[in-house]
Amino acid sequence: MSALAESATTATASGPDVHIQVKDLTMAYGSFIVQQDLTFSIQRGNIFIIMGDSGCGKSTLLRHMIGLKRPVKGQVLYEGKDFWAAEPLRRKGFMRSFGMSYQGSALWSSMTLAENIALPLQEYTDLSAADIRELAQLKLALVGLAGFEDYYPAEISGGMMKRVGLARAIALDPDILYFDEPSAGLDPISSRLLDDLILELRDSLGATVVIVTHELASIFSIGDNSVFLDAEKRTMTATGNPKQLRDTSTDPKIHRFLTRGEA
Amino acid sequence: MEDSYQLKLAIAGPDGLQITLTGNWKVRHALPESAPLEDWLDSHPGTKQISFDSTAMSGWDSALLTFLVRVTAIAAKNTIQVDQSGLPDGVQKLLHLASAVPERGDARRTAGKVSFLARIGNQGMAVAGTATEALAFLGEAALSLARLLRGKAQFRWSDLLLTLQQTGAQALGIVALISFLVGIILAYIGAAQLVNFGATMYVADLVGIGMARAMGAMMTGIIMAGRTGAAFAAQLGTMQVNEEIDALETLGISAMDFLVLPRMLALILMMPLLTLYADLFGILGGLFVSVTTFDIGIIEYLHRTQEAVNIRHVMVGLTEASVYGVLVAVAGCYQGIKCGRSSSAVGAAATSAVVSGILLIVIATAFLTVIFNVLGI
Repeated sequence: MSALAESATTATASGPDVHIQVKDLTMAYGSFIVQQDLTFSIQRGNIFIIMGDSGCGKSTLLRHMIGLKRPVKGQVLYEGKDFWAAEPLRRKGFMRSFGMSYQGSALWSSMTLAENIALPLQEYTDLSAADIRELAQLKLALVGLAGFEDYYPAEISGGMMKRVGLARAIALDPDILYFDEPSAGLDPISSRLLDDLILELRDSLGATVVIVTHELASIFSIGDNSVFLDAEKRTMTATGNPKQLRDTSTDPKIHRFLTRGEA
Repeated sequence: MEDSYQLKLAIAGPDGLQITLTGNWKVRHALPESAPLEDWLDSHPGTKQISFDSTAMSGWDSALLTFLVRVTAIAAKNTIQVDQSGLPDGVQKLLHLASAVPERGDARRTAGKVSFLARIGNQGMAVAGTATEALAFLGEAALSLARLLRGKAQFRWSDLLLTLQQTGAQALGIVALISFLVGIILAYIGAAQLVNFGATMYVADLVGIGMARAMGAMMTGIIMAGRTGAAFAAQLGTMQVNEEIDALETLGISAMDFLVLPRMLALILMMPLLTLYADLFGILGGLFVSVTTFDIGIIEYLHRTQEAVNIRHVMVGLTEASVYGVLVAVAGCYQGIKCGRSSSAVGAAATSAVVSGILLIVIATAFLTVIFNVLGI
């Protein structure tokens, strides 16, 4: 496992500590069970990959972790505290520490890029309009889009939208960054640059990163740990470092997935 | 959490400044000021280098970054070197990231001042542009109709049937309710005047001819503009946002034939039928008032109506209805097809569809009334 990034905000650099835990989680749409008996934990400062074949419920798992969908059974724990059992107000407090980057960017199309990033700041801070604008400029500069503040999402490319989505996700300096298919629809170079950006931000912000993806290049280059969801068995079949899984897993399906069926 | 950050400026070496950052630089109320630094530099003009000491800093977030970005900008302006080595690793990396991609010179937008005359000119040009666009759309719609008559238009008949159902059958309730109420209003206002002449009986004429010639078609047209025109604009606008219309065009399928034509046909077919239905309910509304308030018998009222309303009046109403159908469909589809690519553009398209639909109906009514008058119909 790679060296844990030292958290910029806490002095405790002693050993890995568990940031997020998923315990015995069952997800369902109505009576259709998507996945059941999911149990895994994510270390603080890790980049954790949720992988699996199409339709296995990766994005659904993410939606359960960030509070968009309530689990049928089981728990999601943040620093040991049960997210779904908490009061709605406390749950909102948890959610404030999440940053989420959506598969289709999900930028608000009637707002400029700067306004997209400013909205969470307006909601959660007492900063003045000028201060918020300055922060939004900084976030855009961090994702390499300085000067594009007054553009509308429809006026920029898909790759740029992805980066703005990331800038919006880090607007409130979150402890946990969630990504749903960050490299979907990007060319290999942009996708690689985005991976680097995620790594840089993780290292400098000290955030825990959870990524849903099936891009093997990303999985191997930035993943510290992972969970593999099986669509047919409807449960997780492995958890661990993706490279180790590739080299040591005896499950033929995981092996095929991680080697693109070539080995 | 209170903001508890502190900043200390001190001379370091012959021409250096050391900035000592202490406390918690997580800020929720106001970003740190850079004014003290500028004051310090004003009073120490020989400063050539800035360094940092952050060993006593307990925490930081983007607020510190914005402060450091300002410091860097001030330093660059005064040609002062900035030594970042005293900052936490993460901060150094982020600062590097923030400056890694320089701002593209042509990216930023400058809002230039536009003079009043120029604004009027721009508006005028925009109106002319819109008019040309709308006429082109109308032309395309006509060509599309011609292709339909030659049997060459490409669309799915199931779409047409579905639209017929949505614009026709599903509008029966609201059309009935509004027409009935309009009938009641006409009867009340009419009777209040006619009673002075002892001619209350002629309420039936007034309501019957009023509904058949004008009000039936007009009220149905306005309902259709609000209900169906807006729906057309929103549907086509959303398809525009999702690139669904582009997907059709690249397949070589004309959006005009595939999307606009069935909607126009549905409205053109349904408007006259709905208008007849509205006429009926308007007359029933008049009947209801006459019987309950003005002591006119049902048979008398119906007989009077039958004498007053002849086929000519009904045909005038139906002609108007067909025209309104075309106008509402064209307004709705036009706004949808030329919709921008954002959620607010879809809202704007739906609004414009309703407003322009109703406006067109009123203008058309004025023209048709004059024409029918001249022709003596």
